[in-house]
This record gives sequence, C-alpha cells and structure tokens, in this order.
Amino acid sequence: MSRYELRFSGAGGQGLITAGIILAEAASIHEGKQAVQSQSYGPEARGGASKSEVIIADAPVDYPKVTKCDALLALTQEACDKYSHDLKEGGILLYDTDLVTKLPAGNYKKVGFNIINTAKNEVGREIVANIVALGAMIALTGVVSRENGEKAVLSRVPAAFLELNKKAYAMGFEKALAASK
Amino acid sequence: MSKKVAFMQGNEAAAHGALYAGCKFFAGYPITPSTEVAEVMSAELPKIGGKFIQMEDEIGAMAATIGGSLAGCKSLTATSGPGMSLKQENIGYACIAEVPCVIYNVMRGGPSTGMPTGPSQSDLMSARWGTHGDHATIALTPASVQETYDMMVRAFNLAEKYRMPVHVLPDEIVAHMRERIEFREQGELEVIDRTAPSVPPAEYKPYDPQFGDVPPLAAFGSGYKFHVTGLNKAADGFPTTKANLVQAEEERQIRKVMANVDDIVDFEEYKLDDADICVVAFGSTSRSARYAVNEAREKGVKVGMFRIKTFWPFPDKQIKALAGKVKAFIVPEMNLGMCSLEVERCAQGKAQILGINRVDGEPINPDQILEKMKEVK
Repeated sequence: MSRYELRFSGAGGQGLITAGIILAEAASIHEGKQAVQSQSYGPEARGGASKSEVIIADAPVDYPKVTKCDALLALTQEACDKYSHDLKEGGILLYDTDLVTKLPAGNYKKVGFNIINTAKNEVGREIVANIVALGAMIALTGVVSRENGEKAVLSRVPAAFLELNKKAYAMGFEKALAASK
Repeated sequence: MSKKVAFMQGNEAAAHGALYAGCKFFAGYPITPSTEVAEVMSAELPKIGGKFIQMEDEIGAMAATIGGSLAGCKSLTATSGPGMSLKQENIGYACIAEVPCVIYNVMRGGPSTGMPTGPSQSDLMSARWGTHGDHATIALTPASVQETYDMMVRAFNLAEKYRMPVHVLPDEIVAHMRERIEFREQGELEVIDRTAPSVPPAEYKPYDPQFGDVPPLAAFGSGYKFHVTGLNKAADGFPTTKANLVQAEEERQIRKVMANVDDIVDFEEYKLDDADICVVAFGSTSRSARYAVNEAREKGVKVGMFRIKTFWPFPDKQIKALAGKVKAFIVPEMNLGMCSLEVERCAQGKAQILGINRVDGEPINPDQILEKMKEVK
C-alpha cells in the first residue's frame, strides 16, 4: 500500500474527527505505518458539514489531505453531496442508510447500514456511532487489522466506557461485512 | 530504552517543544486555531513549577510574556488572527527592550476575524513589519508535527541567544493535523540559555555595548536592578535622545541578527541539484510541493524544492544563488503573494516567477503545482 486516503464526513458533533484520530493512531502507533490525520470544520460547534481525513502509507506522508479518496464515510446527506466528488473509481462509500438516501452516481463499492440507529438501539448509546462507523470502515478497507483498530479505540476511551465501545466497534465491523456481501 | 512516542497535533507538539526548551511561563488569551497550546501549557506548567496565566486580552498577554522573561523565565505566548494584531504593540516593546520570548502564531484567514477555522499563510509580513519602526525579525515556519516540536526548541534558543522575540508561524493545517511524534530525550537537542551578567549588580548595565551586540540580561529578582523602557535608551537602560546613541543602538539591534544570518537561516534543498524549476515553499504548502516534485520527477521534469524553514531573515543568499541556476521559481502560498515578492526581490529578474495563491480556506494541492509547471518558459 503506497498511499491510502480515507475521509470521515458528516455533521459537527458526530465524533468524526475522533474516529479519524483513532484510525490514524491505530495505523501509526499500533501498526507501525505512517499516518496523518487532519480535519476541516466550520466555526460552529455542532452541525454544519464536517470532515476528518486520514492518509495512511508505508513511506512518510507528504501532502496531508485527500487527493483521490479511496474510502469515504458519509453520515449525512449534506456531507455525502459535498464530499463524494473526489471518490476514486472503485473506491468505497460507506453510508448511513437512514440519513443518506441519494447516492452519488459512479463506480464505487457502496455499503450502507443504519449506523446511527445501530449505535442508539443495538449498542445502547448514540454517542458511539462514530465507533460503529470506524469498525465498519476498518472491516471494509483492511487498512489496519481488526485487533489494532480495537486497541486504538480502547486506549482512547475512559475505563467506564470500555465495554460500550468494544461492543460498538465489533458491531460496526460485523454489520459492514454482512452489508457488503 | 525506547523513545516516548505519541500521536498528536502540531499545537500540542509546540507546547511540548517549548517545555523541552525550558519554558516556565505562558501568558495568553485563547483563540482558534491556537488554543491547544494554552491547554497543554496550563496542564503541564504547574507540574514543573512554572506558571500559566490567561490574561484579559492579547495585549495583556504579550505584556505578561515580556514580564515573565524579564523575571528570568523563558516565556511563550500563542495566538492567531486578530490576536496577533493586538500583540503587535508589545512585540515592538520586546524588540526595543531586547526581551527574549517566543510568539507562536497560527496563521488563519484574515484580515480581522476572517476565517477562524480556515488555513492561511498570510501573517508573514505582519510578523516582519506588524509592529512599527525599524527592527529585525526572526520567524520560523514548521511543516510537520515533529518539526513544530523541534522548531520550538530552536525558537527559544534563538530568542535567548540573540535576546529578542522570535516568531513561530505554523499554518492552521500544520497546527491542527496529527502525526506521530518522538519526544526528544534530554540532551538530544541543544538548549541555549541567555547570558547572565558577569559583573556585580553595581556595575551592571542592561545594554552595555562592551559585551558585544547581545549584552547579557539579568533577571529581575536576582539582585540586579535596572530600568526597562520602550523609549530609545542608553547603555544603562534609561531614556536618551542623544542622536549618536540612538543611531548606534538601533543599528546594533539589527546588526545582531543580520551579522548572524548564516546561524539563523535554516532551509531544506530537495532534488535541486539538476533542477530547471525550483518550487519555493514553506509550511504545509511545502508538503504539497514535495508531492508534486516527486510526481513530476517521475515524468522526467527537472524540478526541485527550496523549503524555507526560517522565513525571516529571508534566505536571500540562497535564493539569489538559485536564481542564477534555475529557469523559474514557482511559489505556492496561502496568501496573495507575500513570499513571491521576496523571491522576486532576490531573483532580480534572473528567473521567471510564477505564484500560486489561495485564500479561500482550502489548501494548495499538488495538482495545482503540477499544472503551474507547464507555464514555465
């Protein structure tokens, strides 16, 4: 893998920046690869389109932003419309089926499931939707191993929420695999 | 023992670099996109006997930074955008009173409130000339998280060595992106402390030219009593309007930097040996440039990059030398042509100059630089 580019997009407050950080940490600290995470967001603390980008490579990463997106997560329709333009042909689009109904035309691998609803009703807390999405993204892309992804999640989370996040990560991972079949 | 590694932001790394350099005092007023520096300093300084203070505004924060340094502590402030405008008056005070300190200014869109969360590289001239009057400036432009850490150590070293304020100017991308960083072990990087007086308190003069262009600086509270003012001053620190003294003082303060440019100016030359085209870049834009240079090289284009690490003093000598060798300079920057102007001044018409300028809150991408190479005549 010379350079793999991922983008997590949605609304401000959905934890997308955190998801990006955890993935990049999994790659650079736990997997020994090179990774850069960056983000862009508006001046508002909640709402508004938000994105977090992660570049993973074997060699040092020069340009820290996405040039051609290999894998995109879209948690809102607005983010999907705004950030899918540079998705690579044959790339992966992971989306929330409840919130993203109009998919961009193009030759992508489109994988959807009810990400936020899964967090809310099956894991038990909507706040872990980003971890559900992260598990799903790792399952679909294989940019880091399942174990290293989990290690990175758990090293970021306060002790009281370890089980919750572990469950969210596993559920995202499994659901993405099932949805991509 | 394996090195301590972490995955962190440029801003967080800046704070840890400052701590490595021996910074014991931070005064600031939080502002996006620089706030993480204050956050880390507020958590870390109390643990090592240092002091953190959030002031009423940036004017006060700069004043406190100067005070902290005069009391003998290596001092830091961090800000951005309009905060930088407010600091300018007291930066002038630090210049004339020759007070070592570091100003970490994350460049965001402007003027005024501009784009608080958008990246920019438009404070180059404000670092150079934002405060009024003749003065020398040292400003460093880091391009990665690790380099931000290392450059903070260097910034403190230069501030202490030359007894003056030093600017560190990351753009918002470098400040907010996260990368793996290795914390330096004690002794791994040089740490310079200001020269203390060698004379007893009764004989001490804070601007005594017999000790060279950088006179020793005593710490308040150490038994040395002296006067500090924003007025032009004589060797004893008290105001003077004597023409010969004022002229000599002003010239000394500029000479202490300009006579040492080779010590201060730092840069990286990348694939320039046989280059026809030189991309002059700094900060996050240099990362796009490196990507573009590598892509173009694969297609056989003879292009390289001159990466500016010390923006002020500007690397005149190096750019002048390159102007005699390359056909063209491409200058990508997230402003409307500040670095281009300097390159033009140094090139003296010997090479074509092509600017790429973006102020829309989006980074300059490698494709734009690759496209620009086609315009070289």
